Amino acid sequence: MNCKTDLPVMLPVSKPEPEPFCGLRAWHILPLALLAIFGPSLAFAQSDEGVLSPLAVLMNWAPLLLKGFIFNLVISVSAMALGTVVGAMLGLGQISLIPAVRGGSWFVTQFFRNAPWLVLLFFAMFLLPFEIDLFGLKIPFPDWLKAILGLSLPVMANVSEIVRGAVNSLPSGQWEAAESLAYTRLQTLWLIILPQCVKRMLPPWMNLYSILTMATVLASIVGVSEVMTLTGQALASEGGRPELLAPFYGFVLLLFFVYCYPIARFTVRLEKKFAVIG
Amino acid sequence: MDLIFDWFRVLYQETGINLPFLYDEYDRNRMVDGFLTTIRLSLVCLFFSVIIGVIGAWLQGSGFKWTRRIVNGYIQLFRNTPPLVQLYFFYFAIGTLLPRVENDWGGQSPILGSFAWAAISLSFFAGAFNVEIFRSGIEAVPRSTVEAAEALGFSKLQIYRDITLPLAFRVVLPALNNNLVNLVKTTTLAYAIAVPEMLYEANQIWSDNVNVTEMMIFLLLAYFVLVGVLVGAMNRWERAMKIPGYG
Amino acid sequence: MSWTPADPMVSLKDVHKSFGDLKVLNGVSLDVMKGDVICIIGPSGSGKSTLIRCVNALNDIQQGSILVEGLEVNDPKLDKLELRKKVGMVFQQYNLFPHKTALQNVMMAPVRVLKQDKAKAEATARALIKKVRLEGKEDAFPGELSGGQQQRVAIARSLAMQPDVILFDEVTAALDPETVGEVLQTIKELAEEGMTCILVTHEMAFAREVADHIYFTDRGVIVEHGPPATFFTNAQDPRTKEFLSQIL
Repeated sequence: MNCKTDLPVMLPVSKPEPEPFCGLRAWHILPLALLAIFGPSLAFAQSDEGVLSPLAVLMNWAPLLLKGFIFNLVISVSAMALGTVVGAMLGLGQISLIPAVRGGSWFVTQFFRNAPWLVLLFFAMFLLPFEIDLFGLKIPFPDWLKAILGLSLPVMANVSEIVRGAVNSLPSGQWEAAESLAYTRLQTLWLIILPQCVKRMLPPWMNLYSILTMATVLASIVGVSEVMTLTGQALASEGGRPELLAPFYGFVLLLFFVYCYPIARFTVRLEKKFAVIG
Repeated sequence: MDLIFDWFRVLYQETGINLPFLYDEYDRNRMVDGFLTTIRLSLVCLFFSVIIGVIGAWLQGSGFKWTRRIVNGYIQLFRNTPPLVQLYFFYFAIGTLLPRVENDWGGQSPILGSFAWAAISLSFFAGAFNVEIFRSGIEAVPRSTVEAAEALGFSKLQIYRDITLPLAFRVVLPALNNNLVNLVKTTTLAYAIAVPEMLYEANQIWSDNVNVTEMMIFLLLAYFVLVGVLVGAMNRWERAMKIPGYG
Repeated sequence: MSWTPADPMVSLKDVHKSFGDLKVLNGVSLDVMKGDVICIIGPSGSGKSTLIRCVNALNDIQQGSILVEGLEVNDPKLDKLELRKKVGMVFQQYNLFPHKTALQNVMMAPVRVLKQDKAKAEATARALIKKVRLEGKEDAFPGELSGGQQQRVAIARSLAMQPDVILFDEVTAALDPETVGEVLQTIKELAEEGMTCILVTHEMAFAREVADHIYFTDRGVIVEHGPPATFFTNAQDPRTKEFLSQIL
């Protein structure tokens, strides 16, 4: 009896290549989005001579906001690096042969995966000391560093799952073949399994980076002066004019979109490429 | 019950571990309200995001190029920008444009409160993911199975209802559940516009009692259990929906 | 112009069909009388499957006419439900509905499409499952059945609609060799009961045994046809001869 192979198999769930955004290439979006954001505010501009138009106000603040955004990127890259290193070890812990290590790694992974990012960020903010006393040397522990640590916690848990998933997705024949060739477990892992996994891990890892980058704005809630905080301060110092809200928040949305959308497209491209090669 | 509550008061006095939401009725009510708000927000967003997903997937199959493009634009925009900024945009930028209504105390208040805006914003955010999930599910149903139903005289609507949707639903269930779990976690963002959900109420309690450590640990555990229960239930559901000998 | 049983049950006249630039059928004509069993054979890509899919309106045609009991298939206003009540179809990949049990697969269309009473449809379905010798497998899901068993459920599913003619599209091509026999046996019994059958097949021995008439197609045309006795021993066209020499 041949049970499984006879069925018309469900086609693999394919992620569609995102169509060009509204039929436009990436670089088309920038001017269009600017127009969409500032178009309405131009209407306000004509009314009042003494007050700067929303566009002009935003232009004044744009350099500062851009600096803030770069700080977001710094946070994202650092948290990603830290989370990846620790998460990879945790992921290997999850496939360890020692039950205690496996169980412990599994629990830590699940714990930090189930917790909302914002709660983890609060966790890091409030529970880490503001300075560390290392052999009498006081190392300050600023908020932005805490934010990096807080954001790297969920990254770590997700990387751990990516590693475990990729290793488990390899056919067991690979392990058996390596074992029959007298490789040790570590050699098998290092020489046979992990090189094959890198390709499988790359798309979800990039996806995670994109999510992390978008999560860096959470740091504003706990008072790190990144782009969202600066936007709030800019709006406040302009006297809270309501017609400024849409352009300013729209500008922040645009910054992230311009950065994350190419990453998303590239991820889909990689996924497709690897799906073909297998 | 009161005995247990009292025990926690004693625990505080003896050890300094302060869990006021267990012995103090006022704080307890705040925490329960926060929990219920989180659940309520999750359910509302879940409902609307699934509806957005179904309609969006249907529109994506439309013959009009511009309909597809607009749906795609929506998906990409909401997937590639921070949900928190989306929330601010909805709440502050759009919310201030809407007219105000007179409230019970004779003052002016916005038509939509922060809960409503959080629900709208998060529904659109999660909905963008659901559109793609549903679409991929419909595409995963083999054309030949649909043809077999056609050959048996099923109408288009019958095929969609009896064959395509039930099969697609099983394919997308894991991805859908994953997204819904994420949605529950994302409801914490509503904290930023002062929706009194769990994180917000916990924050209130630790501000009043100066017991950040205890509240933080409790909050982590609460979400761990809440999401854990949800994931467990979803997994059970997935197993129950599994077709024997299939996939 | 109304149809009588004396007229051909299925009648193709000068049927042309192409997929884009690729011409698949180049003027095919054939008649099938009530109770006939005809086999269509030919090399891969000669348009056999397309031919019978056109009869069931799964593919449309560009030119010519296909009449099924007087119903014009190539008519934009065709009542597809009317056609599909008359014409059953069995596929190479069975195409059972994987989320329904064998019994549900068989009784679903009568209930949903013909609006039959559920109890009656179930009784018919059970009888049909018995007829294809799958008693006891009523509650099995397709994934739990072997290929041959699934294909017999598919035949029962088609029979449940009480069609006047059944199209078999290479129904044994995807099967393990040891289960081919049980499916062919089922088809043979149907043929002996007088069911009108149009088969696309690679099973030459089977075609020879059950067919009343054999059609050989190549490059979208019928090259040669005749009763099995003369067709297999006395082929005239060089293309037919070459094909037969390769497979016999």
